[in-house]
Amino acid sequence: MNRTWKWAAGAACATLVLTTGSALAQQRTTVEEIERYRQALGDGNPAELWEARGEAIWKEKRGPKGASLEKCDLGLGPGVVRGAYAQLPRYFADSGKVEDLESRLVTCMVTLQGLTPQEAKKDPFGGPGKKVPMDALVAYVTAESRGVKMNVQTTHPKEAEAYEIGKKIFFHRGGPYDFACATCHGVDNIRIRLQDLPNLTKQADAQRAYTSWPAYRVSQGEVRSFQWRLEDCFRQQRFPELEFTSEASVALTMFLAKNANGAPFAAPSIKR
Amino acid sequence: MKSRIIALSAVAALVAGCVTTPSDQEISAKALAVMKAGFKERGQAKLDRLDQDDLQRLCSIYSGDKTLPSDVAARIEKEQLATIKFPADGKLLGDWKSGERIAQSGRGGQYNDDPKDPSGANCYACHQLTKQEVSFGTIGPSLYNFAKARGYGPDIQKYAWTKVYNSHAFAACSSMPRFGYRGILTEGQIKDVVALLMDPESPVNK
Repeated sequence: MNRTWKWAAGAACATLVLTTGSALAQQRTTVEEIERYRQALGDGNPAELWEARGEAIWKEKRGPKGASLEKCDLGLGPGVVRGAYAQLPRYFADSGKVEDLESRLVTCMVTLQGLTPQEAKKDPFGGPGKKVPMDALVAYVTAESRGVKMNVQTTHPKEAEAYEIGKKIFFHRGGPYDFACATCHGVDNIRIRLQDLPNLTKQADAQRAYTSWPAYRVSQGEVRSFQWRLEDCFRQQRFPELEFTSEASVALTMFLAKNANGAPFAAPSIKR
Repeated sequence: MKSRIIALSAVAALVAGCVTTPSDQEISAKALAVMKAGFKERGQAKLDRLDQDDLQRLCSIYSGDKTLPSDVAARIEKEQLATIKFPADGKLLGDWKSGERIAQSGRGGQYNDDPKDPSGANCYACHQLTKQEVSFGTIGPSLYNFAKARGYGPDIQKYAWTKVYNSHAFAACSSMPRFGYRGILTEGQIKDVVALLMDPESPVNK
């Protein structure tokens, strides 16, 4: 009750901040505005609701095999969730593929719970009035790496290859506007409108940005996963639709995650 | 003994073959195949958007820690300059007020945009243009006082037109979309945007 009220008050406060005119906006960057919003919320983040729901779904018997995900191996052994996200993506011998969290969850839903890949990937992202298990599971698993240092390896040849492919995708200019990821995220200290843009080729910026996803987006009322972040970037890049858990998405995640190595993971966070 | 050495070197060659890292070209080819398999067409955004023309290919190769060689830059600028088309009526300036609306709009080209709607130029995403609009990006340089600082004459008008039409004509591997060459804006829209930059009455020059 208390917490719900605090969030409501925080949201009202943010609305007030956002509508107090452009004179203020001139002096403050978006980052500072979000920091103020964060303070208004105190320590609370609505993402906690997703995390709690995700933990319940993780333990729930689902699918034709009536099994939970508790034996899912996220890379540190079956059922080990703590710290697993900080080492993803990685190569998995059982699937023979490099997998990020979302694609690994799909693999576990297929192998442990008996879902078809199509069923497991059916609702990748939530929307208005639609809460999906994937967002909740992602929130739960990532929260279990909070404070854990990012430690993504490219020792397996397929991991090294994924990193190099991800790097190529990052710099690939295409589409009617000639945009690449690097157009906005390969330069220091730039912003689009008032939004600061991290240079994801530099360690400090990559660390700050990567460890802040997934995030509860205040403007959308949803927890957004890293797969969502990539897909929506490509939409604005004027590219076709990035397929959920595709090899391309995992490779790009590998490039960005490895660039963030060494920083303590700090998500799910809260963003505008 | 001899056969043992041959066997050993065969093994060594095999191991070396296994651990040899793929060439840059091989990675590029693989990346394109992975992209083709990892995206699906939606709305106006078809898969051919992943294919690169010569400019996109060169500007992708020479990015990140690879600097663009000056001879490649000169070749790109020459080729892109050749794409510039000036309006048949010779008038480069339209209505700056319409130009301001086009500069504000970020619509167009995304799979969720209706291709029947006119595209914006989204100038403010990257450039400062006027004193009034404080929500501007810094990906490109400030264009405030564009003509006031450079002059209002026909040469500067042509320069402004060329920049909007195809910015690579003067700056190879610029981040800016080729608004004219790629048909993002119509000729009339480019006139309006050029007027926003060049009209003495435009807030850009106030």
